[in-house]
Parts: sequence; structure tokens; C-alpha cells
Amino acid sequence: MNRIESRFARLRSQQRKGLVVYIGAGDPHLEATRQLALEFDQAGVDVLELGVPFSDPLADGVVNQLAAQRGLASGTTPSSVLKTVADIRRDSQIPIVLYIYFNLLHRVGLDHFIAQAAAAGVDGLLILDLPPEEADDYEALMRKAGMCPIWLVAPTTPDARIERIARRAQGFIYYVSREGVTGMQSTVSTSIGDMTQRIRQHSQLPIAVGFGISNPDQAREVATHADAIVVGSAIVNRIAQLGSDPTLAAQVGAFVRSLADAVRSASASPA
Amino acid sequence: MPDAEGHFGPFGGRYVPETLVYPLQQLEEEYFRAQHDPAFQQELDYYLREFVGRPTPLYRAARLTEELGGARIYLKREDLLHTGAHKINNALGQVLLARRMGKTRIIAETGAGQHGVATATVAAMFGFQCVIYMGAVDCERQALNVYRMRMLGAEVVPVHAGQKTLKEAVNEAMRDWVTHIRSTHYILGTAYGAHPYPVMVRNFHRVIGDEARRQILEQEERLPDLLMACVGGGSNAIGLFYPFLNDPGVRMIGVEAGGLGIIPEQHAARFHGGSLGVLQGTRSYILQDEHGQIQMTHSVSAGLDYAAVGPEHAWLHDQGRVEYAYATDEKALEAFMRLARTEGIIPALESAHAVAEAIRIAPTMRKEDIIVINLSGRGDKDVMQVAEKVGLSGSVSAGKCGSGSS
Repeated sequence: MNRIESRFARLRSQQRKGLVVYIGAGDPHLEATRQLALEFDQAGVDVLELGVPFSDPLADGVVNQLAAQRGLASGTTPSSVLKTVADIRRDSQIPIVLYIYFNLLHRVGLDHFIAQAAAAGVDGLLILDLPPEEADDYEALMRKAGMCPIWLVAPTTPDARIERIARRAQGFIYYVSREGVTGMQSTVSTSIGDMTQRIRQHSQLPIAVGFGISNPDQAREVATHADAIVVGSAIVNRIAQLGSDPTLAAQVGAFVRSLADAVRSASASPA
Repeated sequence: MPDAEGHFGPFGGRYVPETLVYPLQQLEEEYFRAQHDPAFQQELDYYLREFVGRPTPLYRAARLTEELGGARIYLKREDLLHTGAHKINNALGQVLLARRMGKTRIIAETGAGQHGVATATVAAMFGFQCVIYMGAVDCERQALNVYRMRMLGAEVVPVHAGQKTLKEAVNEAMRDWVTHIRSTHYILGTAYGAHPYPVMVRNFHRVIGDEARRQILEQEERLPDLLMACVGGGSNAIGLFYPFLNDPGVRMIGVEAGGLGIIPEQHAARFHGGSLGVLQGTRSYILQDEHGQIQMTHSVSAGLDYAAVGPEHAWLHDQGRVEYAYATDEKALEAFMRLARTEGIIPALESAHAVAEAIRIAPTMRKEDIIVINLSGRGDKDVMQVAEKVGLSGSVSAGKCGSGSS
């Protein structure tokens, strides 16, 4: 069992909901990423999703696009992100998923990247633009490396596909709660409950719901339908505003703690 | 033909976020149904003939042939089509498909603006709402086409990310599509992207090659020795080449944008500095750095200024069936002026790349050899840019009118 699986097993046994947090690696620089990771661990984050900056992030809204640009501008590369994960591992066992576009793995070779990521202490990969149909070698390599392939389910995914995805998934299933790119919204989608129920018909795995959750109230609301919630752009936006401010980690950490508290308060009510 | 998942050998496929997978499967199913529906084909043929102006002539360029002193040169005159380029063949096919699927909104990316104009045209014609994404740099250098799209009722959205050209326009169009997937059809403008786009766009353009084949057999009573076409994503080239692929005697050359020469970030010649990668839905040759970040590109022609090439071209390249050359900005500009002054035809800067390579190669061939060049578009959109580059942009009312570059 890797860190993701044992974290969700623990959450389940404690009947708690989880918090998954996304940030862009190297924004504003990789040392800040390391500090944020340690801060998040203390703040009660269950899984850290690290976005590896890519030149053409076509699944991302403007907030995360700008974070990727700042990451690239600070000289961040896929291998320097892995080195940062290894640095984080000296002080923390927080489960880490890399959120990454396929070309960055393809460039160095899938087997090579997966081996390097596992060695650095990465626990899972979420490859935005690699659907299961194109991913035959991928799963065997991930299994061998002891990492979880995290698959997305979207509102457009029909039941037959959910079943196929669920069969391949490990760790958790990520439900993208709306059609669109990453980003904040003033209201969350109303169909989340229906969709998580449909996914549960095909899988025992925990379901994390993301895309558009930006404040504690939304976090609490969505957490009633899910095993975990994912918050990204709202945090990335705060990082953008603070930049190289020395209190970056502390201030962002305080916001993340408010999200963790909200998710925990939702844990009391049944899904 | 690609396999069932849209792979041409190791190229192609469908590398997209999950939200797009099922809509692409639905598009594929509907496209293959339409392809076998005689009513769909009849309607497409009707509009191609009566609205778009097909068939286009296969014109013997006698003066250029004579000047070069080698192979006989024929021009496939896609520049004469309504809206001024081959792009409308595909835009028309896809808008009919969008109507079949009950969509109400059309989006597209555009580089040179020709695909945007073609899309805005068919959207106006069938009453669709229409949004066109175009890099901010391209909006500047192809301003005429921005005005045309607006006159046709389309909203043109300038894209300011990255290098502000075609690649960023595609990213933005895909973001729009994923957000409005239920109402919107994305008319991708080249033989690129996730399956079924490369095969669908090729099939809507194969009319170019089908006509050229029939016409050359009528005029010369034999097949050509050489086909030439410019290659950005590669739609006009694959449209011309495809019906000749099984004719072993027909050589084919695709011409990429050599920009300022084959120096990183100064060109868009994917077969001369690119490597295997995955970008915007498909696996092909792309220009990328050692980490897999997509490199900047440069070309004088907005339509060829793109970091990736269609997967079927990658396959034809690796099989050795099609050769890929490049023409620099300088050679393309020379060819642009030369065709204007020897044949009275102002080509698009994109098409001028194919003409440039023909100018280089025709004198090395025998007089009885035949070259067919796809003149994929006309150069009205490029007139201001070229006038500045060749020194023809002075005041038009101040007495003397100069003779320009020669």
C-alpha cells in the first residue's frame, strides 16, 4: 500500500473526508514549493497535487496557466520538480501526486520518468491528456513502481467508460465536477451527488471531486457527496498575489487550514 | 487509413482530457455515418459546386515553366475558391456535420485567418453563432482577415498567451470547447489533433487531389511526376497527395516553413529539427526542447507557423512515401513576387513556400516531366505585409510608382 492508499484507508476508518490541494510547482520558485508542501502537511492536507509546468496547458484555466508560466520562468523542469519531491520527503510523508501533461513524460520515456518519480517519492500520477485507451504500458509500469494511476471521470463520461476507468484506477478516482478548464466558480455544480453515486456503482475507490471549489462553504457542500475534495486555483491565486512574500507559506497555509476545517466539519454528516 | 483508434502507425491517436473523449467518440460515429449517407454527400457536393466554386482549374503555368526551363508546371487553383483558400472544403463539411449533430455554436482556431474566414462564412450561411480564436500576433499580420470575419458576424478573440500565434489559438479553442461541449462544435482547421480530426479533415480535402488526378489525365493523358504543397498542419498537402498515394510513379514533396533557417525557434520545419512528441491531442513530430516544452517557432507565413505537423504526414515521412523540404522566408517572398509577375497570380505566403521549392527543383527535371503545385490560397491577406518587406509600401498617391524589388 503506498502513501495515497494508506491515507485514504485511514480517512475511511476514521470516517473522515479528505482534502486534496493543488499548486503549480516552481511558483514562484521550487524552494517555496517545498515550504508550502511542509506547511500543508501541518495544515491537514491529505494529498498534495503538484502541477508540473508545461508550455501548453490546454486543460487549465487562466489562473493555472499563469502559474505554469511563472514556474517555467523560475527555471522549473520535470527533473527539478522530482528533486524537490525528494527534498520534501526528508521532512514529510504527505502523499504526492504529480499533475502533468503527457509530452513531459513522453520526452524522456514513460518507463524512465516513472522510475525516477517513484525513486523521488512520488505516489501517483495524474496525466491530463492520457486517456486509458492510449495507456497500455502505463499501468503496468505504474504498478511495478508502486505508484497509483489517478484517472479522471468527467460529466461527459458515460457509464460504460466509468466502468472501464474504474477497473484501471488505483488510489482514488478524480471526478471533474464540471465541463471546462480548471478554475474558480461562484457556485458548484448541482449534479455532483448523482455522478458520485454512478461512479460508486463501479468502484470501491475513494472519489475526490474537484474543478471550481474555491472557499470553505463550497468545500463543505461538496464534501458531503465525496470522499475528498480538490482545491487548486483558489490557492494558486493566493500564491500569485503573495509571490515572493516571506510570509507566503504561513498565509497560504492559514487559508488551507480553513478548507481542511470545513472538510472535517462535513465529515460528521453522512455522504 | 488509420486504425480504429486513429493511429497512423505510431502516430495520431487521441490524447485529450477525459471531458473530450466521449464527445470525440460521438463526433467520430456521426462523421462515419454521414460519410455513408448519400444525402449528406449530395448536399456537400451541391454547396462545393454552387457556393464554393468547385472544381477549381488545373492551370498550366506556361511562362513560369518556360523561365525555369525544366518540368512543366501546373497549378491547382484552390486560390480561386470562395473565401480565397482550400480551407472552405473542410469548413463546409464540418458545418454540415455540426448541423446534423444539433449543435448551435461553432468555434475555430485560425493562423493566417483563412480557416477563420471560411468558418465564419459557413457559420453565417447556416445561422450558427461563431467564435474564432486567433493569436494576437497573427491578428496584426493578417488584419484584413480579422475584418472579414467580423463582417461575417463572427466574434474574433485575440489570444495573448505564449508566442501569440496558431498554437496558442488551438489551446484556447480547446478550452472553449471543453467548457461548451454540449452546444458547440469545434471546426479544427487542419489535418491535426485528436482522432477523428486528421482523417476527417483529410477526407474533406481529398477533393483537391481527386480533381487534380482527373484533370491531369484529361490534359496530359498521364499522371504527374511530382506533387508539391506547403505543410503547416498539412491539410492542403494531404488533400492533394492522398488520392495519389497508391501511384508509385508519383513523387511528392511537402514544403515546411524554414523561417530564418534551421536554428531553434527561428523556423517551423518539424521534419528538420523536430522529434516525436504529443501535442494538442495527437502524437507526431513536434518542435520541443530537451524537457518536452514546446519550442517557439517562426515563419513569415502565419499559416505555417506551428510547432507540430499532422500525424498522417509523420507516417508518410517515416515510410519514405512523401519527402519533406523547407523554404525560408526569403525564398518564399521571392517566389511570391515571381509568381505574381510571371503568371499574374498573387499566391498566399503559405502557398509561396511550395512555389519556392518548385522553382528550385523544376530546372533539374526534364522538359517532359510534370509538376503539380497546390496553390492553396491567394495572397490578398498578405499584400500589406509583403509590400513592406519588398519595399512597395510607400505612399500610393505621391507621384512615382516604383517597380519594387526587382
